[in-house]
Amino acid sequence: MNSAFVLADLPAFFLHFLVLSLLSIGGAMATAPEMHRYLVGERGWLGDGEFTTAVALAQAAPGPNLIFVPVLGFQVAGLVGAAAALLGILLPSTVLTLAVSRWGMKRRDTPGVRAFTAGLAPITVSLMFGAGWVLSLPFVATPDHRLGGISLIVLTMIVMLTTRFSPIWLILVGGIVGAMGWV
Amino acid sequence: MNKPSPPASNQDSPPVRPAGASDSAAPGSLLELFTTFTWLALQGFGGVLAIAQRELVERKRWLSKAEFVELYSLAQMLPGANVVNLSLMLGDRYFGWRGAFAAVSGMLIAPTVIVLVLAASYNQLSTYPAVAGALRGMGAVAAGLMLAMALKLLTTLGGNLMGRWWCMAYALATLVLIVGLRLPLAWVVPSLGVLAWLTARACIVRADRSGRHGRQEGHDKPNPDRPAA
Repeated sequence: MNSAFVLADLPAFFLHFLVLSLLSIGGAMATAPEMHRYLVGERGWLGDGEFTTAVALAQAAPGPNLIFVPVLGFQVAGLVGAAAALLGILLPSTVLTLAVSRWGMKRRDTPGVRAFTAGLAPITVSLMFGAGWVLSLPFVATPDHRLGGISLIVLTMIVMLTTRFSPIWLILVGGIVGAMGWV
Repeated sequence: MNKPSPPASNQDSPPVRPAGASDSAAPGSLLELFTTFTWLALQGFGGVLAIAQRELVERKRWLSKAEFVELYSLAQMLPGANVVNLSLMLGDRYFGWRGAFAAVSGMLIAPTVIVLVLAASYNQLSTYPAVAGALRGMGAVAAGLMLAMALKLLTTLGGNLMGRWWCMAYALATLVLIVGLRLPLAWVVPSLGVLAWLTARACIVRADRSGRHGRQEGHDKPNPDRPAA
């Protein structure tokens, strides 16, 4: 099912992350469904499980969850892929952010800026649900992991919504429960 | 034609701070910026934002609470990871693009190295069922965290100026197009975004118009033209 990545694919790969960078309103995670569509569905460079592993590793490591992007690149094409994915996802948004922050700090009460914020809010939140759904797919789609996986997802949601525990404890619990073969 | 500018208007001058931020401090050097962001990123298991708030506002006092909220609102609005954008803008305020570079490098270099080492060893260790299982368990938690965050963010739409029904319409349309039909984000976000922006503009115009008819209440803003009734 997986098809091999060759070096000639690198420009297209890099370009895809450059474009995604400009679309990553709400964070890089908002583009997870699109990365999944491209890397898993369209190109077949990664499988469902590998994709979710990349996100899980980024969650397990300290730092912004943006670092799941270089992991995806690493899984596809090693260190070159990691560098291409990270630079691609960073460059356009960085340049744009610097430009807009200098320009927009003066104009944040104008109707145009307020309309931008308000208009994009529901789209952003919806993309977060989309990302959550994509991450849940391996558990929903595989009968062996369905019961444990969905239980853990629901437990995590309940704890996050009703308590003030740090997510690191949940990640720890997930790791232990998973290592014991219950997921 | 070019009169010499007044002495104060120098691009490299330190950022203008709002009145009342008297107990604020500033990063002393690019190195301090880099190490501060490295340190806060390394503490950020499962989210850097709360750590950033404590380090930058409460401990370093580089930003007031209000400035932090303001920067984060803008960071959230722009493409890119929110905390990365926040560090960019903070670094840029103090040292221009070099400051932005130092802050973002600090935020990303150490975590990226760590996660790539994890990924590389995972490729070797994944033959052990316990490791694969642990990652699967963490993956389920990651999915739960994302869904819980989405649910929390959903409540912020209550105050949206477009109103509940427009918000639901755009949220549902996004879900149907992205998750249901699996259309590329590159088409969906710009097209829905423009529509939503126009909708919000129309809502603002309508609110302004109705506000002009019944203005006895008076908004938060003082009106300089007339004394209050």
